[in-house]
Order: sequence, then structure tokens, then C-alpha cells
Amino acid sequence: MIPDIGHYALMIALLVASLQAILPLAGLSGNNEKLFAFATPMARLQSVLIIIAFIILDYSFYVNDFSVMYVANTSNSNLPLIFRLAAVWGGHEGSILFWVAILAIWTLAVTFFAKELPLRFRSTLIAVMGLITAGFLLFILMTSNPFERLDIIPFDGRDLNPLLQDPGMVFHPPLLYMGYVGFSVAFAFAIAALLDGRLDVTWARWTRPWTTAAWVFLTLGIALGSRWAYYELGWGGWWFWDAVENASFMPWLIGTALIHSLAVTEKRDAFKSWTVLLSICAFSLSLLGTFIVRSGVLTSVHAFAIDPSRGLFILVFLALVIGGALLLFALRAPSIGLGEKFDLLSRETLLLSNNVVLFTATGAVLLGTLYPLVIDAMGLGKISVGPPYFDVVFVAIMVPGVFLMGIGPIARWKKATVPELTDKLKWASVVSIVSALLVPSVMGKFTPMIFVGLLMAFWVMSSVWVSVSTRLKAIPTGTLRQKFKSFGPAFNGMLLAHFGLAVFIVGVTMVKGYEQESDIIIKKGEIKLINGYAFRFEGIKPIRGANYVAKQGQFYVSKDGKPVTLLTPEKRLYLAQRVVMTEASISINPVRDIYVSLGEELEGDQKGMWSVRVYFKPFVQWIWMGCLLMGLGGILTIVDKRYRLKKKTSKATA
Amino acid sequence: MKSRHKRIALIVAGIALLAIAVTLLLQSFQSNLVFFFSPTEVTQGKSPSKGNFRVGGLVVAGSVKREGTKVAFQITDTANSMDVVFTGILPDLFKEGKGVVAQGAQGADDVFVADQVLAKHDENYMPPEAAEALEKAKEYNGNNVAEGEAE
Repeated sequence: MIPDIGHYALMIALLVASLQAILPLAGLSGNNEKLFAFATPMARLQSVLIIIAFIILDYSFYVNDFSVMYVANTSNSNLPLIFRLAAVWGGHEGSILFWVAILAIWTLAVTFFAKELPLRFRSTLIAVMGLITAGFLLFILMTSNPFERLDIIPFDGRDLNPLLQDPGMVFHPPLLYMGYVGFSVAFAFAIAALLDGRLDVTWARWTRPWTTAAWVFLTLGIALGSRWAYYELGWGGWWFWDAVENASFMPWLIGTALIHSLAVTEKRDAFKSWTVLLSICAFSLSLLGTFIVRSGVLTSVHAFAIDPSRGLFILVFLALVIGGALLLFALRAPSIGLGEKFDLLSRETLLLSNNVVLFTATGAVLLGTLYPLVIDAMGLGKISVGPPYFDVVFVAIMVPGVFLMGIGPIARWKKATVPELTDKLKWASVVSIVSALLVPSVMGKFTPMIFVGLLMAFWVMSSVWVSVSTRLKAIPTGTLRQKFKSFGPAFNGMLLAHFGLAVFIVGVTMVKGYEQESDIIIKKGEIKLINGYAFRFEGIKPIRGANYVAKQGQFYVSKDGKPVTLLTPEKRLYLAQRVVMTEASISINPVRDIYVSLGEELEGDQKGMWSVRVYFKPFVQWIWMGCLLMGLGGILTIVDKRYRLKKKTSKATA
Repeated sequence: MKSRHKRIALIVAGIALLAIAVTLLLQSFQSNLVFFFSPTEVTQGKSPSKGNFRVGGLVVAGSVKREGTKVAFQITDTANSMDVVFTGILPDLFKEGKGVVAQGAQGADDVFVADQVLAKHDENYMPPEAAEALEKAKEYNGNNVAEGEAE
């Protein structure tokens, strides 16, 4: 009974969302102001209906209602409660409903926080969001109904994929989806601007915090997913250039370009068409990501079901949204105009170069991700693009970008001069070159890649310091705290995010340059010396979890006779699906991780011996720490009061 | 006029840089493409003797032999099978009789030396590559063996 209510709620929501889209757009074309009044109430009603449907589905998981097929397929009565609640996005149907539910949350937020925008523009914006909602609801109702019932109710559910039974499952998908779907606001904003034929500085200012918010969610979501893969997959990798990862990374790259381009549009009234195009691209790539991930064309943990009708629907939807948006852009972009002019050497140019770099990087990732899919779809065989392609190309493209990133915040708007820049940055360049030579000599190994990576990281760090100290000198009085406060959160946030990227680069460079990996065979009581650490294997302990049994290895790690840690990697057998999972054990510290992963027990006369993989990952935590700093930087810029429009004074600060 | 010349020079330089970048990009792309072959194609000698490629199919039951961290097994597409060796720890879902995809290069004595064995993440999920190899083998069997065997 209750699941049926969810189903009906979705059907009504589809109707309401269609009205939310059609009525204001009809009002726009017929110049009928009255129809605009429908946008907000329809949007709110539809959002509430969707959220109700989502809560009902989650409730079905809570009460183990296995009459719902989706629940029976992705949950189990022995599954711990927190995973049962998160299992709602553990399969195809639920995750699409979750996607729409997140869209509903963003839509609600827009209806409450967009009051400062003119009625006409706001209504168009909400109508565009209604179009997207209606498209996805249609998809759910036609191909992926999560409320479908089973005639014969199974005794118990098939359980959630054991790989997904992890705290990461609780946080990674929601953050990622908030990011993906959040770009729909920027997209709707761009389409509304095109339909309206105008792009105002105030509107650019309004959309900035929204875009940054989506970007923050995406940043944290990707970082969390990477960290999850690191400890869960048992291979010690943190990024695999897997098509699914790329699918989330491409909107991130374009989103990063977008928040920079928006800054220029808002502050200098320039890059207007470009900003609109980037908004369209960011959301299009989010949709493409959803398609790639959910259509089942990939060999991946994220791909759930292989159903051609679903893939076809998403493909058509994708073509309509992206094609339509780009067509509209081609027709209407000239009316928005390019905006203000600027000098060849200026902050604008540097930000433009940043955009070109990010755009090219996205193109390179897109090529490597889509090419195998296209070749396969055309029946020309199965190929894959090796990670070395991505590594080489991405680094080659990003190095100049990061170099410019050190100059950008120092340069003046409109016109900068070479003498001024060199004067400001001469110490920064000396400091970064010296440090990039010093660190490898301490670590005892030097390669050009390590040097370049560290150089870039220190370059950005010292440039951040130059920005700060220049501003500090400009304010003669007050405490340090007061001074920082007077910079404004947006400026501090920008610097924090840049610093975060530098931290991230340090992590990547150190891990790539100095990581150690060894496969060993060890028996109980034996001691192996790896990388200066002694590993004593004290055998296997049987463990019983809520829905699994495990063999847990006991490794006492010590260095120079002093105990360091006890590592307990596990081999788990999940009972519902009879699946074996490796659970790595990691000793974490800011400068190195020790990572132990249990292989299998050898057979025959070698019984009692275990194959074990040991990794040393220097500075690997800096990778995620850097992402966290980027996210925090983004949050700081969102809270800046500058972006809260006041109806009357919106022109005053322009 | 002078500033215009400057601008043209800059644009030309920009295009040249871009052209170089694109060439390098495509070159790197080309050299990192990894093609897929079924065991039948490998036994027919269609796979490259040098460089990396992927193979896929089912792990032959009873073929897995371990020696320390070294593992030897056979992959079949039901028509033909091939020898594979791998050093390291196999993914959890690697099982005899189940689908598998391996990446590596042809070694001596017609043994495929895998440097990567890809896991499938779900018990019921067959890697598309492995599924295709089996599909191809079906056609191959159909052409070579009397009909009626097909089902």
C-alpha cells in the first residue's frame, strides 16, 4: 500500500513538473505575465511530491518491505540499518529517484532564495528546471520504476553489493549528486538568460554562490569517492582514470572553469557568452556522466543494469537537452554580447588562459573516455585507453595552467605590467625552485616529474603568500585577524582553495614519486623487513560481523625495535551473496600510510602461508586534505555577503 | 599598425602551440590504445606479438595453479583456450569457471603475461569483453562444428 503512494506521488509530480515548465514558457513567448505566477507554486508542489516519494522508498528499506522488487534486490534484513537506508541509492532505480530528489531540493532552494531576481527571469529559470525534472520523472516512470512490486514476496532480500557496504556509501553518492545536479541551476540560469536575451552583472553575481556550492559538493564527493576506492578496493590506488571517475571529473573541470569565468563576468562584465556556454557544458557533462555511469555500458562497480531501453532513453534525452541548449546558444549568444574589453596582459587574460587549459583538459579526458564507447557502439571491437595516456596528457596540459594560477591572483584587472609582476613574484620563483630541489635530496631520489610537481606546488603556495602579504602591507593597522577579516571571505576562500590545490599536488607528486609496493609470502611467526619496517605475522583470527564472517590477519609492525602499529587486514565472506571481499588495513599519518592487504592462503605443502601485499604511500593523505581545503575555500566564498543581492541596492556595488 | 602585427604574431604562435599540443595528445592517445582479443583470435595469431592487449573469457575449471605469488591459469572462450600467468594478488571475484579480463603482453612459449587482472564487481555481472569473446566463439563453433550443437 505505502509503496503505491510513492508511485502515485511520482506520477502527479510529473504532471506538476510539466506545468511548471510549460506555463511560464508559454507566458514568456506570449508575453503573458500572469502565467509566470505558476512557476513557484508548481515547483514547490512537485518538489515536495518527489521528496515524499523518496522518503517512502527509504521507508520501504527501513521496514524491509521485500514486496518492493527494488528493495528485495538491493537490501537484506541482516544489513545494518545505516546501510539499509543508504541502499536506497545502491541500485539503478533508486539512484535515479535520488537524482531527481536532489533536483527537487535544489529547485526548492531556488524558489526560496531567488526572490531578488525579476519575476520574468526567475520564472523562466524555474521553468527550465521543471523541464529537466519532467524528463527524469518520465524516465523513471517509463523504464525504472523503483516501486515495482513482486507477486511472490521473497523471504529475504538479495543484499546490497558488499563492496558498497561502507561508510563511504552513506556520504559519497549524496555529495556527488548534489554536485552533479547543482549545475542544473547554472544551466537553467544560462538558458533563461539566452531566452531572455540579456545577461546582467547582478544575475552573474546571483548565480556565483550557486555554482560554487555545486562545485564544492562535487569536489568533496569526488575526493570521498577516491578515498573510498583507496581503502576499499584493496589495491592502494586513489584514481584509476576509470570511465566512471572521468564522468565525475569532467563536470568538475568545466565547473572549475565556470566559477572562474563567472568571476570575470561578475566583476568586469566580460566573458559573457563564454560563461553561458560553460554553464551549458557543465550540466551537459553531468548528464553525460549519469548516462555513462547508469547505462551499463561499462565494466564498473557503478554500472548496475544492462537494459538497452534505458540507455536509449537517456541518450535521446541527452541529445535533446544538450543539442537544444547549444542550438539556443548559437542563435541567441550574439544578443548577450562578449562584454568589456581588456588588455593582453591582465587578470582577464590569465583567467581566460585558465579556462582554455581546463577546457582542453576536459577535451582530452572526454576523448579517452568516449572513444572506446563509440568504437564499441559502432561494432568495431573492444578497446580501452590506458591510464598512461591520461597521466601524460593531463599533466602536460595542467602544468602551464598551474603556472598561470600562480600569476593570476597577483595580476591587476584590465591591465597588468611585466615589471610589476616580476617584482612581486621574483622571490616566489626563487623559493619554489630551491624547495623543489631540496625535498628530493632529502627523500633520496630525484626525477624530473618529482621536480616539476613540487615546483608547481611550491609556486602556488608562495604565490598565495605573496597575495596575502601584499594585502597585509596595504592595511597598516589592526590585528592579523582583523586584517584577514577585512579581505572578505571571498578573497580568503579563493586563496584557501588555491592553497588546497597546492597541497593536493604535493600529495600526488610524493605518492607517484616515492610509493613502494611489495608482494610477500609470509607464515605465522615469521618476520619480514620491508622498507625499514619489520612486519611480524601472528596468524589469522576468525571474526564475525553482522552479515559476514572474516579471517583477520594480525600484523605487528615495528621500526628500529619500537612498535608502530597493529594492522588487521581481513578477508570477508558476505553470507547473503556468498561473496569474498578484501578489507585492507591502513596505518595513517600525515607523511606516510602503511597499507596491508591480505591475499590468499597458499595450498598444498605451502598451507599456512599467506600472500600479502604491502604498500608504503608517502604523503597520500595530502591528496584528500588538499581537496578538503579546496572545498572549504569554496564554502568561504559562498558565505560572502557580497553575493546576497538586495533588491534596491544591487547596482550600488557593481 | 605595430600592435596589430604583434597581435597577429601572437595568434600565429598560439595556433602553432595548439597544433603541437594536439599532435602530441593524439600521439600519446594512439600509443595507449589497448585492443581486446578473444582466446580464439590469440590462437589464430591475430593478436600483436609486441605491446599490450587484453584478453577475456572464462577461467578454465581446474587450471589455476599457484606458486608463491605467481599464478598460472587458462582462459577459454569455449572454442579455444590460452595460458596466462600473473604475479600478484588476484581480485576477490576471480574464480574458476567465471568471467575474467586480463591485460598484458605475449610472453615466450605462447604464454600471456598479464600485468593486470580485472575484477568484476558483482557476482552476476559478466565483463562485456568476456561476454563478447564467448559470443564470438559461438559463431566460430557454429561455423566449424555441425549445426544443432549451437544451442
